[in-house]
Amino acid sequence: MTTNQSERAAIKDFIMREFLPGEDPAELEADTPLITGGILDSISTVKLVAFLEDRFGVRFQAHEMNVDYLNTISKIVHTIESKQG
Amino acid sequence: MSAMTLHDLLEHSARRRPDHVAVEDPERSVKISYHDLDRLAERVKERLIQAGVRPGDRVGLYGHKSIGTVVSLFGILKAGAAYVPVDPDAPPTRNAFIFQNCAVRAILVETALAGNLRAAFNEQPLSAPTPLHFLTAYGVELELLQTAAAEETNVTEPAEHLAYILYTSGSTGKPKGVIHTHSSALSFVDWCSATFEPTEEDRFSSHAPFHFDLSILDLYVPLKHGATLVLIGEELGKQPLRLAPVIAEERISVWYSTPSILRLLVEYGKMETFDYSALRMVHFAGEVFPVKQLRALKACWPHPRYFNLYGPTETNVCTYYELPSEIPEDRTVPFPIGQTCENDRTKVMDEHDRAVPPGEEGELYVSGGSVMQGYWNLPERTAAAFYRDASDTRWYRTGDIVREGDQGNYLFLGRRDRMVKRRGYRVELGEIEVALYRHPAVTEAAVIALPDEESGVQIKAFLNWTDSTRPSLIRLKQFCVDNLPLYMIPDRFAFLPSLPKTSTDKIDYQELKELD
Repeated sequence: MTTNQSERAAIKDFIMREFLPGEDPAELEADTPLITGGILDSISTVKLVAFLEDRFGVRFQAHEMNVDYLNTISKIVHTIESKQG
Repeated sequence: MSAMTLHDLLEHSARRRPDHVAVEDPERSVKISYHDLDRLAERVKERLIQAGVRPGDRVGLYGHKSIGTVVSLFGILKAGAAYVPVDPDAPPTRNAFIFQNCAVRAILVETALAGNLRAAFNEQPLSAPTPLHFLTAYGVELELLQTAAAEETNVTEPAEHLAYILYTSGSTGKPKGVIHTHSSALSFVDWCSATFEPTEEDRFSSHAPFHFDLSILDLYVPLKHGATLVLIGEELGKQPLRLAPVIAEERISVWYSTPSILRLLVEYGKMETFDYSALRMVHFAGEVFPVKQLRALKACWPHPRYFNLYGPTETNVCTYYELPSEIPEDRTVPFPIGQTCENDRTKVMDEHDRAVPPGEEGELYVSGGSVMQGYWNLPERTAAAFYRDASDTRWYRTGDIVREGDQGNYLFLGRRDRMVKRRGYRVELGEIEVALYRHPAVTEAAVIALPDEESGVQIKAFLNWTDSTRPSLIRLKQFCVDNLPLYMIPDRFAFLPSLPKTSTDKIDYQELKELD
């Protein structure tokens, strides 16, 4: 598994476990809208960021906690990768 | 000076302190003086009058928080009309319903949102609005739309002296409009002056969106006193990491919000790194503040005075409680909602409109200057919401169960009905059910609220699902986004072959709670 794939899997696992318990994992795709789709609200978004910071050793800037950076798993992976350089 | 209208407050301050900053928008790095705010609001008023707006009309306000929306709101008031602010992030069909429900004569809408609003109007029985003008103010572009709703709707509501209508969740599935007059709003504003003694040097936060009743204190108390209002945009207001430094850098001296965001600030805001020495007062309202998190907040912000303000949208604030400077370590029960505001009267009654003995529980009734006129065009709902005593005084039935405790302080015990507070917003569980019933595969829907350590309350929906395939939660959440404001979307869903019933064949909510 490449880094990218394992990152995706870890993020997906977290979202499934915390915010979509009982959902069929196949339904959560890389481009499923999380914030605009009603899956993440403001509290769950900060929880997700706390998890990402912890798991990937990155820091999120305050202005990144929004739809542009976090709305899909793809965007989240992209944001993390750009931080890891 | 005695103001007769809310815009008198602005006009007085504009004469007294023309060059002082009235409103600041830190996100767009713009500010406006009292003189300019008053002048621009005059210009909006003229445009509205040209568009046919007359005293007693309603004008919709549909935009994110900005200096442009503050200017618009005062322009509407100056035209003698009432403003009807809506949640810019709610489904456009809900907002179109609201505008048609109170038959607005015109709508001021952020240009970016205008297309969706017009499309939503097409789904309603009335004509689509016509665009007339663009206004650009301090980085925000607004469009003025004229509607035919006032001609096409049968309005029976006496509309004189109205200041604003705030729509709240309705148990029948449709939001209902709470009407406040200039006099009911000013009664509350004047009470704030007497109680909190604001000064010209104060810098007030404007955290609540304008469709939320907390905004009444934010908007009018600082402008009455020639102080400065600092706008916190809707997105910024939800993001603790960004918000924490803004409160410090903007030297906010009076903060007002729901407990929800204060809890997030404490947990995620990294507040220990900022200087909050300007802060002298913290007000919170809208829901219960758990003592554990309140204690954590006081550890971050030890020096301000703290007030718990209580009151449904229908009454403005009607009771208040100042927290002791130290919270005892063994305290776990939430603080009282406190004593009756000096401009109102309250009493505790049983279900037969009889006063209960002091110290016993009952429903809180409120009468006085700050109480609403009624619900827009809902005479029966309005009549049911009030109890008239022998001297024909109107008492608003809050639906909140309270008990009078020590020193005449009321303790909030719970609700009579199916309304819950979520992030300070009123949520009628019935409105969520009505939205869920719109889904083609749902044959039965029941929604309950469960206490939750972290978020205060968790909303769980039970559905009887006709399709043989298991529903996707993700698609169900998307369906909710299209039909409900975000704060009403259930946290969890459960699917049952049939919902439990009572002996009278009604949904058995008690059993659903036990199922959980």
